[in-house]
Amino acid sequence: MINPHRVPLLEARQLSCRRDERLLFTDLSFILHNGEILLLEGSNGSGKTSLLRILCGFRQADGGELLWQGRSAETADYRAALAYVGHADGSKKELTVLENLLFWQALHTAGDYSLEQALHKVQLSGFEDNLIHTLSAGQKRRLSLARLLINAYPLWVLDEPFTSLDRQGIELIEQLIADQVAGGGAVILTSHHDLTLTFPVLQRIHLDSWH
Amino acid sequence: MALIRAFLAVIRRDLLLAVRRRAEIANPMLFFVMVVTLFPLALGAQPHLLQAMAPAVIWVAALLAALLSLDSLFRSDFEDGSLEQLMLTEHPLAVLVLAKIVAHWLVTGVPLLLIAPLLAVFLGLPAEAITTLLLTLVLATPVLSLIGAIGMALTVGLRRGGMLLSLLVLPLYIPVLIFASAAVERSVSGLAVTAQLNILLALLSLAVVLVPLPTAAALKMSIN
Repeated sequence: MINPHRVPLLEARQLSCRRDERLLFTDLSFILHNGEILLLEGSNGSGKTSLLRILCGFRQADGGELLWQGRSAETADYRAALAYVGHADGSKKELTVLENLLFWQALHTAGDYSLEQALHKVQLSGFEDNLIHTLSAGQKRRLSLARLLINAYPLWVLDEPFTSLDRQGIELIEQLIADQVAGGGAVILTSHHDLTLTFPVLQRIHLDSWH
Repeated sequence: MALIRAFLAVIRRDLLLAVRRRAEIANPMLFFVMVVTLFPLALGAQPHLLQAMAPAVIWVAALLAALLSLDSLFRSDFEDGSLEQLMLTEHPLAVLVLAKIVAHWLVTGVPLLLIAPLLAVFLGLPAEAITTLLLTLVLATPVLSLIGAIGMALTVGLRRGGMLLSLLVLPLYIPVLIFASAAVERSVSGLAVTAQLNILLALLSLAVVLVPLPTAAALKMSIN
């Protein structure tokens, strides 16, 4: 099924990262194609978030390089292709759900879902005019998932996407991830839960073993 | 086109946020009014001295008010992760940063323009000098927001950046202070002020061109 000659979507070559003289990981390499999922595992402090921040370009790797579609990842193309959902979700608490989504929509190319469809999908219909600070932690998570739907991102980078979500929410994320890879996108996620993800193309990197 | 849409979206969002957090805009304004009001109270019944000091008083107060308002420029975006999201777009961060600075000026500079003439009357400035004061404010308050943005971008990642911010930014405000208050002073004595206004215009043009790139670079450093 996988054609070995196609250009990988994202390729990491011998990345290394140190933090305060402590080596978090070194010589970390992986190749991610369209339609694949990469799961980063590791204990607290093993460098999961640091690796994600390097992948997003927020942090400079201490060694190695990152290639997007065969070329250096330090381009506007790569930044536009990537969606990052982290601990701080980037929504403004003084604005309403709709105002936040409209803002993100104006900054990116439109995706498959309209605003209404996306809100319906993440079960936030009816909350359009609620201010963000009136939402629960789980609802905020759902809002950042809606952002993934209204814009077109070939690569999702999700940092601990399952925190503060209920069972339904977890099922929702699993379904969204399945849709994303089925549509030719790719997903990188971290989790310290033991995931029961049953996706066909799932790579795992265990960061504790990269010291 | 997409870039213009993004630029306007950032301005719109920041203006909307300013409306929702009224206290943040009101505080520097009230501070400005308070500082200017303190001078007549401290000087007592010396109208000539007060009039002579008026340009300096208004401009120093405006600088301090601008400094006070800088915190709202990037702080909340830094804390809630919006800054990271702004970096992950196809648009150059420098352009989005310029949009944020424009919004910041609209929210903090424009109210200064509206209040300053009133305070100038209060300090006994003659009418022609008030026109000059307004012109200097129109030209120079955007420079204050622009220069402040670099300082704010450099210190936003620090836990106690406030003190460092004033040490970084106030020296850079000095040229603005010199030419702006000189212009107002000269027009009180009926002298020509074209040279001072031209220099302020040059400072503004330079700042618009030179500020966004280093500010974007400093924000990337702060995020790291």
